[in-house]
Amino acid sequence: MLKELMIPRRLVMLAIAAFLIGLCIAYGRWDWLAVPKYQKMMLTGIWNTVTLLVLTMIIGMALAIPLGLAQAVGPWYLARPAQAFCGLIRGTPLLLQLFLLYYGIGSLFPGIPGIRDSIFWPILRDAWYFGVFGLSLSVAGYEGEVMRGAFKGVPHGQLEAATAMGMPPVTLFRRIWLPQALHRVLPTLGGETVLQMKCTPLVAMITVMDIYAVSSRVRAETLIVYEPLLMLAVVYLAITGVIVTLFRWFERRVPTRTA
Amino acid sequence: MFALEALGASTLDLLAFSPPGWGATLLRGLWNSVQIATGAYALGALIGIAGAYGKLYGSPVTKDLLAVYTTVVRAVPELVLILILYFAVADAVNQVILALGGSRIEINGVAAGIAVLGVVQGAYATEVLRGAILAVPAGQIEAARAMGMSPILLARRITMPLMLSFAIPGLANLWLVATKDTALLAVVGFAELTQATRQAASTTKAFFTFYAAAGVLYLILSIASTILFSRIEKWARRGQRRMGG
Repeated sequence: MLKELMIPRRLVMLAIAAFLIGLCIAYGRWDWLAVPKYQKMMLTGIWNTVTLLVLTMIIGMALAIPLGLAQAVGPWYLARPAQAFCGLIRGTPLLLQLFLLYYGIGSLFPGIPGIRDSIFWPILRDAWYFGVFGLSLSVAGYEGEVMRGAFKGVPHGQLEAATAMGMPPVTLFRRIWLPQALHRVLPTLGGETVLQMKCTPLVAMITVMDIYAVSSRVRAETLIVYEPLLMLAVVYLAITGVIVTLFRWFERRVPTRTA
Repeated sequence: MFALEALGASTLDLLAFSPPGWGATLLRGLWNSVQIATGAYALGALIGIAGAYGKLYGSPVTKDLLAVYTTVVRAVPELVLILILYFAVADAVNQVILALGGSRIEINGVAAGIAVLGVVQGAYATEVLRGAILAVPAGQIEAARAMGMSPILLARRITMPLMLSFAIPGLANLWLVATKDTALLAVVGFAELTQATRQAASTTKAFFTFYAAAGVLYLILSIASTILFSRIEKWARRGQRRMGG
């Protein structure tokens, strides 16, 4: 990694990049970064973004596995609805889905009598839960399609061998089918996680306080146009770097046999 | 359930075309979305072709710069890129106009949307086309070179037609991404479908009806595109032997 950077032309490019960054720091307005209020907001924002990403990836994958399975081998009455769901999620913009959930369905809830007194009301009112729900459905839709391919891609011989060994279907799924399917999607999953990370700022449009919403707030309050956006880009680049490194490390831990 | 039905029944006529209804506004929004998506897709394809050739055959510095471009664009959310590029493009144009002695102008929303989304699309298209060009059998390109074809003739007659069949699935995906990314322009207040829907919904308070209607419009667009692209793929694969029989 370091050796690759030590080529003369790359050193020159690094120097130019450092110069440009220096210009940004010297001539940009970064005083807002020193305000404790904004520092605290930024930390909360980053925390919210990361939590949202991890949470929705986990919930979404848990939903994607049955969706993929239904599409790959399910009977038509399971496969068709699963296909329709994936098509619906993949065919409409996530922003619109979030609007539909939060403003559309959310606006219908108060019409149900007695709901304001029920224990669910704080959840049904909070944009955060709508954000988690919407993003999870999105992951489920996209990864359901990926899992379909993965389940179909597991060599048939493996499943036949397991059946021949007398494995009951549930054990077969747990020990053979699912692990091999997950192994297949691992390389794509890293990229999908980055894509999902790039979807998280959309929840700011339904008033969730993620890092994007924080930067919008800073821009509105201080009337600085670019600097908060550049900070935002740097934060997202850093999160992408972490995701890519994590998945690379994870992939190395899983043994692969290449023919 | 009754609340849903009551709302649905009373608000459906808001989708009518004539002025009390908002149907025409939504369709105009859809038309704007399609225009921007088409423009951005075309711009992205041009950037992608140039980028793919640059990454494969360019000088080392070009390759490095293109790597930075594709990595950064693909690692930062589109929403953030759109905001940065939108303000940067508007600022740059106004600076030039001011320097030439003109007065500040409002940037045309369609042009800005196309430029911004085109740059984002270009990064993805670069990767798709680079992979497709790499999938063209080396023997074909070597044979064309041995025949003395100039690089442009080679690209036009050999590489482009052959790589198309590998590139179409990726390009089809990119078109769907382009149509959906136009929704993000709502954040800069551009009147594409999502923004038009938001306006209609907040004016009439019939949120569910309008967002569902917009969803149906997007869905029709994506289904029609999928059908169209499968036709194009079939056309691009003409004369190829089918796998497995």
